[in-house]
Amino acid sequence: MQPFTYTRAETTADAVHAVVAGGPGTRFLAGGTTLYDLMKLNVERPSKVVDVTALDGLDEIDTGGAELVFGALARMSDVAAHPLIVAEYPALSESLWRAASQQLRNMATLGGNLLQRTRCAYFRGGEPFACNKRKPGSGCAAQEGINRGHALLGGSDACIAVYPGDFAIALVALDAQIEVLGPNGERTLRVEDLHREPGQTPEIETTLGHGELILRIRVPKSPLGRASTYHKIRDRESYAFALASAAVALDMEGDTVRAARVAIGGLATRPWRARMAEQSLIGKTLTPQIAREAGDLALQGAKPGRDNEFRIELGARTVADALMIARQRA
Amino acid sequence: MTLDQIAEAPTSGVRNDGSEVTVRLRVNGRDHRVTVDPRTSLLDLLREHLALTGAKKGCDHGQCGACTVHLDGRRVVSCLTPAVQASERQVTTIEGLASSDGRLHPMQQAFIDHDALQCGYCTPGQIMSAVACVQEGHADSIERIREYMSGNLCRCGAYVGIVAAIQDAAAKMRRA
Ligand SMILES: Cc1cc2nc3c(=O)[nH]c(=O)nc-3n(C[C@H](O)[C@H](O)[C@H](O)COP(=O)(O)OP(=O)(O)OC[C@H]3O[C@@H](n4cnc5c(N)ncnc54)[C@H](O)[C@@H]3O)c2cc1C
Ligand code: SF4
Ligand code: FES
Ligand code: FES
Repeated sequence: MQPFTYTRAETTADAVHAVVAGGPGTRFLAGGTTLYDLMKLNVERPSKVVDVTALDGLDEIDTGGAELVFGALARMSDVAAHPLIVAEYPALSESLWRAASQQLRNMATLGGNLLQRTRCAYFRGGEPFACNKRKPGSGCAAQEGINRGHALLGGSDACIAVYPGDFAIALVALDAQIEVLGPNGERTLRVEDLHREPGQTPEIETTLGHGELILRIRVPKSPLGRASTYHKIRDRESYAFALASAAVALDMEGDTVRAARVAIGGLATRPWRARMAEQSLIGKTLTPQIAREAGDLALQGAKPGRDNEFRIELGARTVADALMIARQRA
Repeated sequence: MTLDQIAEAPTSGVRNDGSEVTVRLRVNGRDHRVTVDPRTSLLDLLREHLALTGAKKGCDHGQCGACTVHLDGRRVVSCLTPAVQASERQVTTIEGLASSDGRLHPMQQAFIDHDALQCGYCTPGQIMSAVACVQEGHADSIERIREYMSGNLCRCGAYVGIVAAIQDAAAKMRRA
């Protein structure tokens, strides 16, 4: 690990200032479960880290108003277990407790969770593997390499790394927004607009500028929350990243779909909202066949590599199963 | 290289002002004050600076759970906890679980009774995780024990015994 200097910010303004003033080698540190991990691998090499975990008031979970409001420092385990979230927004709770382990969820913050980096083994593995994300212009070892876990949607010839997070998938399905504070003040953006496709610049992963601090996540309250699920398919039953996942929320009138939200995870380079699948469901009676057709639409345009074609069928079935699970909750 | 140059070389760990951190923490009821390089993990602080070698280093990347300890009463993996983030906080390790008269914690006793280990390398992490699992209320069924213990891997495959031990100890901990 490269040596670095450590400071702890007392206020949000100080945190932003310290990162901006420190220059590109300066980073926010929250739970550390992504950043410190990658520093140990020498993949991340900040010269300075600004610890934000002591900032006041950013660990709130406020379910009282018209929106659910989560502070960026709220821990995954606390939000996952919040009684109202468990009962009224199961997709949010499941996307959290089906991620990582309880130890990691006790450490990891929601803000850091959104910004976790890919698990692509060539990215994490360091030299001698070519990786445009780690070292721009060096190539992408995954294109012709072992790409069983890589993205089928949203990739480019420069990078096909999967966005590995679960929570962002549920947030995108539920039209969530984030509040951020930067050197030029506060702004709000949709979680759907946070992550970028790699294109020719896979090293630029989000639309946040240097020094922009996520303050809060806001999820509009909606009747869609209750009939929702986060369905996650993995190589083992628990404690693994998604091979395919789907966040689904339904508004039903009897057996008929009034409105639907579908987003998929584990399959794309960014959280992937499947609007064609949503449209296809409106006004329909939800049967396994209709659900499966929506699943196929969600995977439309998927481009398989050498080892991952099976995940097209798997993804479509994951969406279909998720829809039938959510249906039970309506 | 002269001795002075070696001391100044970046690999010697401490560079210049602000690159050392002093960590004050309470471990198993005892207060400590340690000055470390900010790169130091809580796991390395415990093992290398305080000679508490119960927490084990399996992967050093948050993947195996062998280094599990309690930080302010919640289980964490100490390998991914920067030591400086444990400052002004309480840590409990496997060494702090038995009572002062030497009587084992019910979870430790249950691991022995149910043969919940073979080589024992994962065991301190398993036990610290298991105690927290019960305290969180996640040990009320076999399914939930499996789900909430999934962050602790056992290469010897002692899982059947581990689940049985937790069920047994959970009942005793609830009665205590
Ligand atoms: C073994 C293992 C298994 C895992 N399994 C899963 C899984 O199945 N599903 C899943 O979704 N995740 C999984 N994770 C990832 C884990 O959820 C993330 O590492 C964690 O959520 C990151 O949060 P953190 O607070 O630790 O972030 P940090 O590591 O502290 O920060 C991550 C990044 O975000 C930046 N950052 C942090 N907070 C802010 C903020 N408020 N504003 C702006 N920037 C910020 C940091 O600078 C850094 O770049 C796993 C991790 C490990 C180690
Ligand atoms: S897929 Fe992306 S992260 Fe993985 S090796 Fe290629 S460029 Fe790097
Ligand atoms: S050593 Fe910490 S999780 Fe493996
Ligand atoms: S007892 Fe050997 S690793 Fe678990």
